[in-house]
Amino acid sequence: MAAPETTPGAARTQLAVAGARAATEGMFTASSRDRARGAVFLALLLFGLAIALTGLAAIFVWTLVRAWPRLDLDLITNGPSTLRPETAGFHTAILGSAYIIAGVIALIVPLGVGAAVYLEEYADNTRWWNRLIELNIQNLAAVPSIVFGILGLGFIVRGPISIGFVPAAASLTIALLVLPTVILAAREAIRAVPPSIREGALALGATPWQAISRQVLPAAAPGILTGVILAVSRAIGEAAPLLLVGAVTFATFDPSYFESGYTTLPTLVFNYATRPQEELRTLAAAGAILMLAFVLVMNSFAIWLRNRFEQRW
Amino acid sequence: MTVSDIAVSSAGAQARRSLEAASPRYGEKAIRAFLFLCAVLSVATTTAIVLSLLLPSISFFEEVSIVEFLTGTRWAPAFADAHFGVLPIVVGSLVIVVVGLLVAVPVGLASAIYLSEYAPRRVRRVVKPSLEMLAGIPTVAIGLFAALYLTPTLQDALPFLPWEGRFSSAVAGVAVGLLIVPLIASVSDDAMRSVPQGLREGAHALGASKLRVSLRVVFPAAISGIVASIVLAMSRAIGETMVVLMAAGAGTRDLTFNPWGSIQTVTAYIGSTATGDIATGTIQYDSIFAAGAVLFVLTFAVNMVAIRLVRRYREVYE
Repeated sequence: MAAPETTPGAARTQLAVAGARAATEGMFTASSRDRARGAVFLALLLFGLAIALTGLAAIFVWTLVRAWPRLDLDLITNGPSTLRPETAGFHTAILGSAYIIAGVIALIVPLGVGAAVYLEEYADNTRWWNRLIELNIQNLAAVPSIVFGILGLGFIVRGPISIGFVPAAASLTIALLVLPTVILAAREAIRAVPPSIREGALALGATPWQAISRQVLPAAAPGILTGVILAVSRAIGEAAPLLLVGAVTFATFDPSYFESGYTTLPTLVFNYATRPQEELRTLAAAGAILMLAFVLVMNSFAIWLRNRFEQRW
Repeated sequence: MTVSDIAVSSAGAQARRSLEAASPRYGEKAIRAFLFLCAVLSVATTTAIVLSLLLPSISFFEEVSIVEFLTGTRWAPAFADAHFGVLPIVVGSLVIVVVGLLVAVPVGLASAIYLSEYAPRRVRRVVKPSLEMLAGIPTVAIGLFAALYLTPTLQDALPFLPWEGRFSSAVAGVAVGLLIVPLIASVSDDAMRSVPQGLREGAHALGASKLRVSLRVVFPAAISGIVASIVLAMSRAIGETMVVLMAAGAGTRDLTFNPWGSIQTVTAYIGSTATGDIATGTIQYDSIFAAGAVLFVLTFAVNMVAIRLVRRYREVYE
């Protein structure tokens, strides 16, 4: 650089290089102010995450502590009672929830997978009705659960179907509520199966349905199962729509699928929580622990399933 | 081999050469029709929802004028002196949404930026699934926590605030905020992670600090996905029933913005009224459906905005 060159072009180059060097140096060596700013920002982010995690963890811890005195066998063997709150339990509610969930599973697996297969494998996306179905499913996924309760009350319990305030009506209502999430999850899973699998089957002479049922669906099964499990764990905790389809009875007898008079875990927890007696509130917390445990187990299983069977093609 | 045999076999060969299926495959068509019906069920569900909201609403509006419904400031369908102004419960829902978003947006976005830009892979692999798992907490459990723990604790800790009774819409809003944090964090994190790595590398090559890359490059590039997550969370907060019912009560009938006392939302009204035994055909019964229609229209509008935004953001990055 020290060579004595006097042409104006070289001087300009020199100037430009010096300027560029200064600029890059200024950018690359972060000033202490920059570094402090970065540290404060990271601290803020961690603070936000900490609030989220502690807030959510607090729900578990508080519920467990509150429910501790009542975590005994009476909880699952005894029915509800306001007269003897210290031995009352959730027997009929657990049965009611189990009946409803069994119905939900029986409905959402064929219907959800069927709709997903249609949309992914058969539907021609240039047709307006297929686009309408797709938009409609996305929209239904975000309709508030209590609106499905209104549907259940006006259409299933009374109205055109009119089966009354029975567990079957609750099954139908909850199934319709979680169906969009099952369809969306099943579609993701089916989409993840590469086209070459289908094309290979078709080239070997399989009919479209043979290709789907023997190649695509088995390959997509873990993903679909994950979606179904997450839907079931959501279904168990839904209380709002059940309030409208009859799950409010203080039922002390075992439910029957097509007879009215049943109760469920979430609605009974709600019922106990709104009563003034301390013992009943403790009981409500114990019921919440039952639900939390169920949801945790189901969701962990779903996450494990997703990681275990995640297939790389 | 006779001539007729040859004719038969060559006809068979010719039929084979065609790419058409050898049989009409009625089974395939029946299966396809069944699958189509499964998909159409969702449209039928929406239609049924609209019908079940609309029909009782019509008989409701035969007795209550639409003007009174939309502009009245007192909601008391169960009283002898009945009033049917929907504004108090709509405002109640909005108070919950605003408080919820005030909590959830900063907390959720901070978590999302940390998870997507800063977190080491091992931290991410633990935190992301646990956040998703926490999104599945039954709302009754959150409502119980808010009503029996959060409200009394906050009332003891902040005695100088003008609390009224054991219900508080502010606490209900905070609990709803806690409920929607995982939704905002998870969807925003996905949006920011789908920003191409090249954008980050380019900014770093120009000497930008991590803070700048996160806030000036990645955040704006993912903005439509982030906004969509907030809008989705909003619609979730509008529709939340149990937390509001348990922590904010369902008592107030008049228009109020008071965060320290009880408030009634559209969902809480529906939930609390429908639990009682009300006879069909009464105006009170029909008012459930009218309130439901308001709720459906509110969330439908919000959802359409969200779907639009998500779609636009997908077009950019796929």
